[in-house]
Amino acid sequence: MKYMMFVCTDTEPETDETDIPDIEVWVANNDARGRRVLGSVLAPPAAATTVRVRKGELLISDGPFAETKEVIVGFDIIECADLDEAIEVARTHPTAWTGRIELRPFVDMPRD
Amino acid sequence: MTDPRTAVAAAGADSYARIVAALIRVTGDWTLAEDCAQEALTQALERWPSDGVPANPGGWLMTVARNRAIDVLRRASVERRKLRELAILSVPGSSEPGLSVPGLSVPGEASSGVESEEGEVVDDRLRLIFTCCHPALALEARVALTLRTVGGVPTADIARAFLVTESTMTRRLTRAKTKIADAGIPYRVPTGPALTERLPGVLAVLYLLFTRGYNADGEPAFADEAIRLARLLARLMPEQPEVSGLLALFLFQHSRRDARRDGDGNLLTLEKQDRSRWDHAAIAEGLEVLAGAPGAGPYALQAKIAGCHATAPSSEATDWPRIATLYDQLARVQPTPVIELNRAVAHGYADGPQAGLRLLAAARAGGVLDRYMPAVAAEAELTARAGDRNRAADLFLDAAALANTEPERRALLERAHEVLGDSDE
Repeated sequence: MKYMMFVCTDTEPETDETDIPDIEVWVANNDARGRRVLGSVLAPPAAATTVRVRKGELLISDGPFAETKEVIVGFDIIECADLDEAIEVARTHPTAWTGRIELRPFVDMPRD
Repeated sequence: MTDPRTAVAAAGADSYARIVAALIRVTGDWTLAEDCAQEALTQALERWPSDGVPANPGGWLMTVARNRAIDVLRRASVERRKLRELAILSVPGSSEPGLSVPGLSVPGEASSGVESEEGEVVDDRLRLIFTCCHPALALEARVALTLRTVGGVPTADIARAFLVTESTMTRRLTRAKTKIADAGIPYRVPTGPALTERLPGVLAVLYLLFTRGYNADGEPAFADEAIRLARLLARLMPEQPEVSGLLALFLFQHSRRDARRDGDGNLLTLEKQDRSRWDHAAIAEGLEVLAGAPGAGPYALQAKIAGCHATAPSSEATDWPRIATLYDQLARVQPTPVIELNRAVAHGYADGPQAGLRLLAAARAGGVLDRYMPAVAAEAELTARAGDRNRAADLFLDAAALANTEPERRALLERAHEVLGDSDE
């Protein structure tokens, strides 16, 4: 199964700052196992552009509207056997310790 | 001859989880598995009265459920692989399938599990329990799903216990099953360090289930169900002392079910209960379970404490020094304010009220217990026994003001008068 890992900051003040795993090791390890399909750090929300079409008209605006302190700072797409493996991958990501990781499974579209 | 209805109920209680678990393993379809198990029970109710109860009722049910699943899948024309696996799904306790499946052969080996990667045979019901109790599901969903799928409890009964409508509970169960499929929650018992991490979550679900049944406004059948599941888990995981500890704890607590209320339905504290009304068979079983699994985890320690109370001939003749020592150990593995409070009370009996008051002051230092009635009542009791009657009376009045129920409040006011009355003598 493919999972999208949203790498997020967290407003929870009590983060675990001891023995935080190394991101380079995490990337190298999951690349070597062929588990990491793609991933990147994302530019901050200030660089974001929101695009909508309403009644056929293109609406472009600066940044996201929601004033939120929890921000997606990066993502990784991982290929895992099941959720337990995905959780194991996520728990060794440094941001799981300093922020949070949201795991979202890809939806298998039916092929006919 | 056995009454067919009784036979169906007994076979259902014994086999339902096994059938559902096996069908889920092969088809991956929770709803199909439940429907087919239910269908088998319905057919048994129709056929056993006229055909007679089969020699192997569990095997009969499994075969009917499996054939039903094959039928449904065939109509939905699923891949051949699932059908082949279904066909070789074994029937427990029989060398003969109860019904034949046209065109598909059925070997007679009796086992309801398959080998894990580590080569050990894992019972399907164990997979089912661990999947229902997966931490990626909401806690309430875990409890409800365990009741429905492992326990076979009707959705309407679960809904009543959770104070929601049946349709709400049906939606909640469906959402949980959808999450299992969509999120890729595995149908597997974790091994190694993962098992150590996950087992407490499973035990917490059983504990919640038990208290749902044990509490005054709970569904009494849930306590029995929790004990049944704990027995099953203890049988399937004999090497886990915390599982045995939890089972023993349930048995000791449950042994007091007939003695813990007075004629008006008010809860009685241990010292006021008629100990002859305790279920001594349950206590004996609890002691046996504990003896077979020496452990020092939180549930094992709580069970040992409950065992001390269960075997004491009276409140006065309780082995308080041993209970105090067990609370010392429990406070080390699970240092919560409530456990510190109970530890103080135990030392109050074992080493005198001053020792109890000192520990109680330490337990209350964090402030968490400030508005907690049992903490104030405990301080009042210890103060009374230490001889300071006026202060004790004031504390009983404070405790009464914090009481949640009218009988509790009345009992505490009575104690306030009692301690002052004693001083008049």
